[in-house]
Amino acid sequence: MEVRSMHFKARAGAAVRDARLQAKLASAKGLFVEGRRRGIQDIDFEATRRAGEAIRNRVLQDLDLWLERFEQEATKRGATVLWARDGAEVCRLVVDIARRHGVKKAIKSKSMLSEEAGLNQALEAAGVQPVETDLGEYILQINGNEPPSHIIAPVIHKTKEEVAELFERVHHRPRKREISEMTREAREMLRSHFLTADMGISGANFLVAETGSVALVTNEGNGRMVTTLPRVHVAIAGIEKVIPTLEDLATLMRLLPRSATGQAISNYFSLLTGTRAAGEGDGPEHMYYVLVDNGRANLVGGEFQDMLRCIRCGACMNHCPVYQTVGGHPYGWVYFGPMGSVLTPLYAGLENALDLPHAATLCNQCGVVCPVRIPLPELLRKLREKQVERGLRPWQERLALKLWAWTAQRPALYALAARLGARYLKWLAHGQDRIRVLGLAPAWTASRDLPAPEGKTFRELYGARQDGGR
Amino acid sequence: MRVGLFVTCLVDLMRPRIGFAALRLLEQAGCEVVVPLSQTCCGQPAYNSGDRSAARALAEKVLREFEGVDYLVAPSGSCAGMIRTHYPALFAGDGELAARAASLGARTYELTDFLVNVAHLEHVPGDFRGTVTYHDSCSGLRELGVKDQPRQLLARMPGVRLEEMPAAEECCGFGGTFAVKFGDVSARLAEKKCAHIQATGADAVVLGDLGCMLHIEGRLRRMGDDKTRVLHIAEVLAGEAG
Repeated sequence: MEVRSMHFKARAGAAVRDARLQAKLASAKGLFVEGRRRGIQDIDFEATRRAGEAIRNRVLQDLDLWLERFEQEATKRGATVLWARDGAEVCRLVVDIARRHGVKKAIKSKSMLSEEAGLNQALEAAGVQPVETDLGEYILQINGNEPPSHIIAPVIHKTKEEVAELFERVHHRPRKREISEMTREAREMLRSHFLTADMGISGANFLVAETGSVALVTNEGNGRMVTTLPRVHVAIAGIEKVIPTLEDLATLMRLLPRSATGQAISNYFSLLTGTRAAGEGDGPEHMYYVLVDNGRANLVGGEFQDMLRCIRCGACMNHCPVYQTVGGHPYGWVYFGPMGSVLTPLYAGLENALDLPHAATLCNQCGVVCPVRIPLPELLRKLREKQVERGLRPWQERLALKLWAWTAQRPALYALAARLGARYLKWLAHGQDRIRVLGLAPAWTASRDLPAPEGKTFRELYGARQDGGR
Repeated sequence: MRVGLFVTCLVDLMRPRIGFAALRLLEQAGCEVVVPLSQTCCGQPAYNSGDRSAARALAEKVLREFEGVDYLVAPSGSCAGMIRTHYPALFAGDGELAARAASLGARTYELTDFLVNVAHLEHVPGDFRGTVTYHDSCSGLRELGVKDQPRQLLARMPGVRLEEMPAAEECCGFGGTFAVKFGDVSARLAEKKCAHIQATGADAVVLGDLGCMLHIEGRLRRMGDDKTRVLHIAEVLAGEAG
C-alpha cells in the first residue's frame, strides 16, 4: 500500500474538525474500552499477559528455528510454504499460484499483510477478481477501494447511514434502515462469490509450529468459508506470527479476543491444518502459506524487537487518546495508533513517516493495555532518537533544543534566562492572569490561553528568602 | 531525613508558590529540606525529543546535585518519573553512572507519594473549602502509581469534597512538545478533559503536574470558563489556595 503518512499533521487537523467523525469515534471508543475492561475480569489477566509476553519472546529468540519447524510440519500435511521478502514478492507469488490453478476469482478474509502488499491491485492487474468478504473490508472495496481506518473494525469511521447509501448505490436495491437488513443484503451479495470462487485468501492470527496449522479469529464466519470452500487456500502471514505449540495458542487466545473486543472468545475460531485428506468433507485441495518478511527480520535482535510480539488486537489504538481523536486515516498506511506509529516508520521508512513517532503524548495507556507488554512509548521515543541521529528533524527544532539544552547546563545563565522569561511573559499578560497571543508558540495560543507566570522565579524568591533569613 | 527538593523548571518559571508549598509540606512532615540552587531541568524535554546526549548531560547534572540527599522529591509526577524510571534506562550498562542513576531513582518520589508513603505526613495544613475533582497525570499514574496518595491527603481536609470525573486517568493532551507540534489535536484532548471537569460541577480541578495544569487552565479559560479553578495539589494541601 502506498504510504501517505507524511500528511499526518494536516489530515489529523482536518479529522479534529470533522464533527461526524468525532461522534463516530466517541461511540466506538466506549464499546471497545468498556468491552475490554469487562472482558478481562474473568481471568488473571496480568499473569496471562506475562505468559503471553514470554511465549512471544521465546519465539523471537529462535525465530528461524520455529519457522523451519513450521515449514516442516505444514509440508508434511500437504501444504506448500513459500517465502516472500517484501510486498512485491507476495503479489508475485500469489499471482503465480492463481495462474497455476486457473483462478478467475479469489475471495478474501481479513489480511493485514495483503494490505501491506497491495495484493488486490496486483490480482486485478493479473485478471483475477479479488472479493473482500469481511463486511467492513467489503464495504471499503465497493466504495472505490477506500483504505481502512482500524485493524479490526475497518469501517469504524463510517455511519450506518453512509453504508446504507453506499449499498443502495452499488447494489441497486431499496435503501435499508436497519443494520441487520444491511448485513443480510451483503450476505446475499457475497453468497454467489463464495460459491464461485476458485481461491480463498486469508491472513493468519497465529501459525502453530508443532502442527503446521494456521489459526484464524473472526466474528463473521467469512474466514471459515474463505478457507474451506474454494479448491485453493492461500494464507499470508508475517514471519513473526509463528508460535511453538497449541498450548501456547490457548494462552494467546485468552489474550487476543479479550483485548480486541472484550470477548472471551470470538464467534468463530478456526484452526486449519493441511489440505483436504481422503475422506474429509471439506478443506482445500491445495494449501499455500506465503510467509512474509517485509522489514520484520531486520528487527530481530535489535532495539525494536519487542514490537514483533504484537498480536494485532488493536487495544493500543482503542485506548490511544490521539487515535481516538483523529481516527485511522491520518496515519496513512496499514496500521494505526501507537502500533502504526511504530510499525510504519520501521516497515515503510523512517523518513516517510516523520510525524508518527511524535504523534503521541507518551501517556502510556497503550503500554498499560498491551496484552503482550510491548513498551510502545519507549519504542516511539527510540524512533525519535533515530530521527535525531539521522538528522531528520527540522532545523528550527534542532536549534531550539540545542540552545535550550546548552543553557540548561549552565545554571547562572539559565537562572538569568528564566528571570527574563518570567518577566517577559508576565508583561505579555498585560496585568491579566493569562496570555492570549504568544508569538513564540502560536500553535499553543491558537486554541488555548497561556496562564501568566507569577513574574519572579522560584530561584529568585528562594534566594532572597535565604539572604533575608526566614 | 534530608530531602532534596527538585523544584522543576516549570514551577521555577511559572508558579514559584507551588515550590514553596511543597517546601512547607516537607518541613511540616519533619524533613530537612535542601534546595540545590544550580538545578535547572531533569532533561525530559530532550529525552522525549530524541536528543539522548542532551538528556544524559542534564541527567548527570541532577545526579551530581542530589547525590548527598536521602530522598529527591518533586512536585511533579512527570519529572519524578523521568528520574525514577528513565534515568536508569538512560544510563543502562554504563557502570558507575548506571549505579548512581539506579540509586537516585530508587530514592526519588513524587510529592504526594512521598508525603503518604515515606514521610507519613499526619496533619494536612491546608484550609481549602469546596468541591474538587482530581486529574490523574499520566506519568505520575502510570510510571509511579500515584493514584490514592493525593486522594488520601485530600480526604484529611475537612472542607474538601472530592467529586471524581469520568475518565480521570485519560491524558489531557499536553505531552510536552506535542502540545505545539500537534496543536489542534492537543487542544481537542484538553477540550474533552475540560468537559469532564465541568460536568462534575467542582469548584476546582486539582492535579500534580505543571504541564497538565497550564494546559487545562489554558483551555478552560479559552472556552470562557473563568470560574473553575486549576490548582496544584501542593497549594491545596499547604494552604495557599484559599
